[in-house]
Amino acid sequence: MKRLALMLLAATPLFAQSTIPNNPGVKATVAIRNATIFPVTSAVIPNGTIVFANGVITAVGTNVSIPAGATIIDGTGLSVYPGMIDSGSSVGLIEIDSVPGTVDTSEIGDLNPNAQAAVAINPHSELIPVTRVNGVTHVVSVPEGGIISGQSALIQLAGWTPPQMVVKSPAAMHVRFPRLRSAPLVEVPQEEEAEKERTKGYTKDLDRLRDTFRDARAYAKASAAGTRRLDRDLLLEALVPVVEGRVPVVMHANQARDIRAALEFADEFQLKVILSGAQDVARLIPEVKRRNIPVLLGPILSLPQREDDPYDLLFSNAKILHDNGIQFAIQTQDAHNTRNLPYHAASCAAFGLPKEEALKAVTIYPARIWGVADRLGSLEVGKAATVIVTNGDPLEIRTTVSRVFIAGEEITMDSRHTLLNEKFENRPK
Amino acid sequence: MKRVLLALVITLSVNAQERVTLIRNATILTVTNGTIERGSVLIRGGKIAAVGTNVTAPANARVIDATGKFVLPGIIDTHSHTAVEGSVNEVSLPNTGMVRIADALTDDDISAYRQLAGGTTMALILHGSANAIGGQSQIVKWKWGRPVHEWLVDGAPRTIKFALGENPKSANFRPPPGMQRQYPSTRMGVEEVVRKSFIDARDYLARRDEYEAKRKRGEAAIPPRRDLLMETMADILTGRIDVHAHCYRADEIVMLLRLADEQGFRIRELQHVLEGYKVAHEIAAHGAGAGTFIDWWGYKHEAYDAIPYNVAIMTRHGVLTSVNSDSDELARHLNHDAAKAMKYGGLTEEEALRTCTINGAKQLRLDHRVGSIEVGKDADLAIWNGHPLSTYSRVDTTFIEGEVYFDREQDLVRREELRREKEERLKKEKDAAAAEKKEKAK
Repeated sequence: MKRLALMLLAATPLFAQSTIPNNPGVKATVAIRNATIFPVTSAVIPNGTIVFANGVITAVGTNVSIPAGATIIDGTGLSVYPGMIDSGSSVGLIEIDSVPGTVDTSEIGDLNPNAQAAVAINPHSELIPVTRVNGVTHVVSVPEGGIISGQSALIQLAGWTPPQMVVKSPAAMHVRFPRLRSAPLVEVPQEEEAEKERTKGYTKDLDRLRDTFRDARAYAKASAAGTRRLDRDLLLEALVPVVEGRVPVVMHANQARDIRAALEFADEFQLKVILSGAQDVARLIPEVKRRNIPVLLGPILSLPQREDDPYDLLFSNAKILHDNGIQFAIQTQDAHNTRNLPYHAASCAAFGLPKEEALKAVTIYPARIWGVADRLGSLEVGKAATVIVTNGDPLEIRTTVSRVFIAGEEITMDSRHTLLNEKFENRPK
Repeated sequence: MKRVLLALVITLSVNAQERVTLIRNATILTVTNGTIERGSVLIRGGKIAAVGTNVTAPANARVIDATGKFVLPGIIDTHSHTAVEGSVNEVSLPNTGMVRIADALTDDDISAYRQLAGGTTMALILHGSANAIGGQSQIVKWKWGRPVHEWLVDGAPRTIKFALGENPKSANFRPPPGMQRQYPSTRMGVEEVVRKSFIDARDYLARRDEYEAKRKRGEAAIPPRRDLLMETMADILTGRIDVHAHCYRADEIVMLLRLADEQGFRIRELQHVLEGYKVAHEIAAHGAGAGTFIDWWGYKHEAYDAIPYNVAIMTRHGVLTSVNSDSDELARHLNHDAAKAMKYGGLTEEEALRTCTINGAKQLRLDHRVGSIEVGKDADLAIWNGHPLSTYSRVDTTFIEGEVYFDREQDLVRREELRREKEERLKKEKDAAAAEKKEKAK
């Protein structure tokens, strides 16, 4: 099979479709026993058993009867975790950065609330198998660019069509909150005239954003009142569930003043808000805590913006949020290396976040933030059987993920990378 | 910040020659001689004076108790653009081998300090890859707080950057309006640029030899006009400059190795070399080293076949392989890349550790001075609070030549001082601005 796949790979036109086998469409009854089970939402179970059938977890514990006909996997020496969730990624929307024909992340223009990631996900992208074989089973695929970038989709990294992959769409509306782009990253008062010039573009962007949200609010009211037939406006229509508080807005902002402005903007329109990036979040703990909003931190393996920022600024934020009882999750904002999500989380643990919290930040916390904790994020009866089997802590690089189940279907561990490895590791001279 | 650091370093510099430091009771990852549990490292005069379980220190030694901690040689990054003032590319010609990156280094790039905080102590600073031959590189140590001329490693080999593939053929670069596309624009052209440079250099050498011969014979002779580029190319041919070549695809790797064989010089290190795994036999046969990032892929077409097993496959084929960064960010955690060489392809722990330490030192031909914990080598090392191949570990203290250039405890103290100083200065500025406004209003 692998050889066949490779031959196909060689024969297919450039960037067409991955030939890695997709999910098999079989939701078998499976029992993994004698394993160390990490349910995430409850204590670790040594020598435990987990059973799932029809794509749903039916039992987790030490005293579990295995249904007749179940496929039994011996988990001796192995660990079982829920699949990991990246809260911000562009997997599915991009193949090769420098080849524009393969990039669908950023629409033209600044205001694209009607752009939907869910319709542009390529189920056969090579990035998908590469990502999931390291235990990252779900990503929020996020549109980029402009001011209102569009609507993200929470997808599972298995499926034959985009609808089969989409778990939730829209997951959120994404706003790249306007920032003082050209201003130097210092906080000393600037010459008044220069400051004015710099803020001109910023003010204009902010006005456009505010006008759009005002229009959307008016549009929502008029639609609800039903007083007269409206010419449909897809742009404003996309914002209706947002201004009505039914769909969250992810505010992408990093500097303290931009985060503050984004929060005030959200207050003004009574938006359900999630902060993303938030490099300076530690300076705004009371503001964030008071509003009870979640924060998506990351990429963690990234550089602080100011040269006098502490070297560990981004490694330390998660601990600070945890200590202050603020809900958070960790994201990569990557595509090709979304597979490294667990190491972004581990880097927070290296700087004081408890290890269990780092694991939660890529499992149950994102599931809660995205409103899918009834299905994902932990190993509990009734949840989707999205399960990874490892030989240790998945947040450690040296750990190997040996099996992946997504919604009960066992996923091949092949990827573009494993196949190329097999093809060349023993190449004859 | 910088001033504070500077002050610290200067204090430490007093009597650097005599100062003795003992790091005791740590797990010493020597890299070349295995692991020593509950071991000690004695540092004297900037060099490693003793390593082992039974090391005693003189009474005046500074003793660091490293119980439960790990000591790793300073990480060596053979692909850096840190501390370069302005652009890394002299883009005007396809061959700019005459320019030197050492002429454009600064000592105020905070990235150097951040890399120390990740245990990285040495780097090869390279030009960019816009030209087939980009310019002469520089080996440095991140002696943050010292003037930049002290960062340059004395007696380090001279090095030059070559580049193949998409970048020198300007595949992803559209010239601004009014500017012509620069030759070359294919891999054929890139090969021709490199080949012609060496053929010209041979002519140059021949003219010089001819002149010298005439002069020796006492004949009247006019010296050939000096050409700094041709001298550079000639120095490569005569083995005085090591070539580090940026490359991606298997075909261009083979092309360069054959060209080098034909011209009679050796490629010291293939840089990036993302498809090195496809031609590992050929690389090993030539004797080139390979420095790569382990899992970046797909950012351009020539990186679409990059696989994280590259390091393991090349290593298994006998290629001297290192992990390097090409990034101010990645340079802070090359230990992660080393760990990935175990994950992808199953290198042993020692093999993995070599990829970020001694292998880079060998590629830079400085392994007699750095890259492992051995008596007589420079005391460039870091104390880690856990095993450096664990994602949960971080660096506590980093030494270069026995001096502390990063210390987490001191960093925490200093950042608080800095915060207070900044607050005070901001207040002063604001007060002054308010007073001035008041004055104007009057």
